[in-house]
Amino acid sequence: MSSSWWLSFRGADVKCKLCGGTAVINMHQHRLSLCGEHFLQWVPVQVARAIKKYRMFGPDERILVAVSGGKDSLALWDILLGLGYHADGLHINLGVGNGYSAESQARAEAFAAARPGAALRVVDLAREYGAGIPELARMRRGRKACSLCGMVKRHIMNQAACSGGYDAIATGHNLDDEVAVLLQNTLRWSVSYLARQAPVLPGEPGLARKVKPLVRLRERETAAYALVRGIDYIYDECPHAEGATTLFYKEILSQLETRSRGTKEMFYLGLLDAREQQGAFRSDDEKVEMHPCARCGQPTTAPGLCAFCRLWAGGTKDTQGEV
Amino acid sequence: MRLIYRTQTWELRGGMTVRDAIRKVGLDPEAVLALRDGVLINEETILAEDDVIKLVAVVSGG
Repeated sequence: MSSSWWLSFRGADVKCKLCGGTAVINMHQHRLSLCGEHFLQWVPVQVARAIKKYRMFGPDERILVAVSGGKDSLALWDILLGLGYHADGLHINLGVGNGYSAESQARAEAFAAARPGAALRVVDLAREYGAGIPELARMRRGRKACSLCGMVKRHIMNQAACSGGYDAIATGHNLDDEVAVLLQNTLRWSVSYLARQAPVLPGEPGLARKVKPLVRLRERETAAYALVRGIDYIYDECPHAEGATTLFYKEILSQLETRSRGTKEMFYLGLLDAREQQGAFRSDDEKVEMHPCARCGQPTTAPGLCAFCRLWAGGTKDTQGEV
Repeated sequence: MRLIYRTQTWELRGGMTVRDAIRKVGLDPEAVLALRDGVLINEETILAEDDVIKLVAVVSGG
């Protein structure tokens, strides 16, 4: 047996389906292999389709992109700018140690600096409010860093979007993120979360619309896009995410996917279909009355301070007039 | 051929695919992407003896 025959048999040169060039990625679930050039064209088309299909925002609306410095958010910002949207960035420095937050901010700033017209706003949690996430977690014993982080980011993003007059907040959640959360919510039968998990969360008075334009792309594809596009992003996972349940669920889902291609799409799109077409997880008493926070004015479910302002009450800098 | 992933390095024989090399060192081919000379390569690419391959985790960011 000659070695050339063997190499050929093993499929050494996977071809781009569009041009016949050497493929950089093989997307099994789509039965599609693409070269770098065509992959960089294919990804924005998928994002544009998702924006249109789920009616995320229109061409004249102002979008605030939550930019962490990771592959998803930087890829998202790059794609939205490429599609011609008015998309500004918001980076929140969370004060995570070992250089993680500093490097994340540097990536976000370098991205913006290289793109004329890409406006980036940075909120430094420790500087503006008095403590970063690790310190907050220590101060508020019993609260996990990831849970605090999510709440803090949601609050600051909403405040920045509302005060800046943006029509929507865009986050870099990809299909793998959504499917991992869906698995978690299903295992716990968290019906209220299953009722809300969607590519678009409509805005309400005081709450900006939230959209996830990467929801039809896999993590592998967003990472590949960032690499091929030459976007310098932070490779490492947040140190607080080590051992996180969602990472475990992603591994499980990856194994399922290896056994049965398309499982992730089936699971996620099945949720959307079950809810939209079959009325699952709907109830008439879902609407919760909201009250303005006594300190920051953002809507909150109970009268008094919102969860974010309660975090700082009595401990750190005054949050009045924040952001 | 050299395979690098985060702080780990492996020396492997050439002639195998990226996918097989990733499996051989105990990683999931779906969980990493492979770069050769900074360029993304697909998992069916046959690796040569003198290749240096950097693996990048698909899951990253915060």
